[in-house]
Amino acid sequence: MKKYSLLLLISFIAIVARAQDDLLDELNKIQKPVANYASATFKSSRIVSGHSIETIAAKHLDFRISHRFGALNSGYQELFGLDQSQIRLGFEFGLTDRLTVGVGRNSYQKTYDYYAKYKLLRQSSGAKVMPVTVALLAAAYTNTMPSQPNARFFNNLERQTYCGQLLIARKFGERVSLQLSPSILHRNKVETENDANTLYSLGMGGRFKLTRRTSFNVEYYYTPTSVGEISLRDPQFKNALSIGFDIETGGHVFQLHFTNSKGMTEKYLIGQTEGMWQNGDIFYGFNVSRVFSFDKSAKKTHK
Amino acid sequence: MKTRLVIPLIIIHFMAFQAKSQLFMAQGGETSFFSETPLENISAVNKQVAAIINTSTSEVAVRIQNIAFRFPNKLMEEHFNENYMESEKYPNSTFKGKIQEVIDFKKEGVYNVSAKGILEIHGVKQERVIKGKLTVGKEQLTFVGNFDVKLADHKIEIPTLVMAKIAESLTVKNYFVFTQKK
Repeated sequence: MKKYSLLLLISFIAIVARAQDDLLDELNKIQKPVANYASATFKSSRIVSGHSIETIAAKHLDFRISHRFGALNSGYQELFGLDQSQIRLGFEFGLTDRLTVGVGRNSYQKTYDYYAKYKLLRQSSGAKVMPVTVALLAAAYTNTMPSQPNARFFNNLERQTYCGQLLIARKFGERVSLQLSPSILHRNKVETENDANTLYSLGMGGRFKLTRRTSFNVEYYYTPTSVGEISLRDPQFKNALSIGFDIETGGHVFQLHFTNSKGMTEKYLIGQTEGMWQNGDIFYGFNVSRVFSFDKSAKKTHK
Repeated sequence: MKTRLVIPLIIIHFMAFQAKSQLFMAQGGETSFFSETPLENISAVNKQVAAIINTSTSEVAVRIQNIAFRFPNKLMEEHFNENYMESEKYPNSTFKGKIQEVIDFKKEGVYNVSAKGILEIHGVKQERVIKGKLTVGKEQLTFVGNFDVKLADHKIEIPTLVMAKIAESLTVKNYFVFTQKK
């Protein structure tokens, strides 16, 4: 009889143990994880002046206003650069979540720019695993300055510049994102006699998230001047180094930065950067990005 | 003698496994929320919510993956995960509780239910009573229920700059269809 009651007790324990199993654990087991695509690797489609891997969401428009002021070392009469400014206006539209097309107008050399950026791979964890995000950028630029004695254009083809970039980025945890951007820039006509038409450059960029809405960004474009004896570009042009802060306020992203390049496009950033940090050729600048949603179907489904 | 002892034991063990199968699950449950202010309306839907009811104990649990909420505006989705919910740190919102009413899960009909338990959002646990309607059907259970979430209760901070655009309290709507787990 003693044995019997012991067995009975064990069986009751079995029942109780079964019933006490945590239901949340049960859900843990059955719920299929969704693919967790890394979001906000960068807060904006630009790290500072160069492209980030971010594309604009489908049917969303990114309206960008960018300024680069004069050099800090231009003295008090120029209010340390604030008297001069260059502007770029950009309209960049997401055709799909992965494909963005954009046009912009730069006041410097009255240049129009056009680009298409396509996200080939998306970093993700969970249901799908991909270590990096990879995007391709194809861009073209048209200089519409009137032909001048020191910058003469004999035909419209000479006014064109092209750029191709492979953008590879990874978000390391919540705070740090890094990007590599090997680039090729081809100018149909160059500024100086010694300069090469085609430049090869390696862009590097990073984002460090400071608070939930601000981050510190760095961007460097390394364009070698020569390989051994072979000259690759006019040495008067420098590598562009920019540092800045992203401040996000709901629908806007403000990017404030200091850079030795006044360029707001790769054409200038890679090919025409003349300033040097050590000489005080530092330009203050900002980008303001405002994203609008034109996705009417989504709005309906959320009624 | 020994076999006589073993037989009731087997029966009781069998009952224990019976108890295990009293689980009703929902895999594609829908949870949506709505924030309404004069300046901006924000809404999001998650159609991949998992929920479970143990009909033998009246216990319930719900698990919501925050990254599966879809917004009409992608930027809002990014902000939701990155700035408000901090989905990397707190990937799931959960509720675990017990239905307070006595419900005959074998009898078809509509029951008013209130589940008392712990609601965890943004890593902050709150004791809550969630009310709703539970429909007992032939082979499935359907739960429909709304409740409010005060953002401050779950330490979800709204910066002063966008305060006018986000309601202090959101209405969360739920629709789960449960089927028996085999």
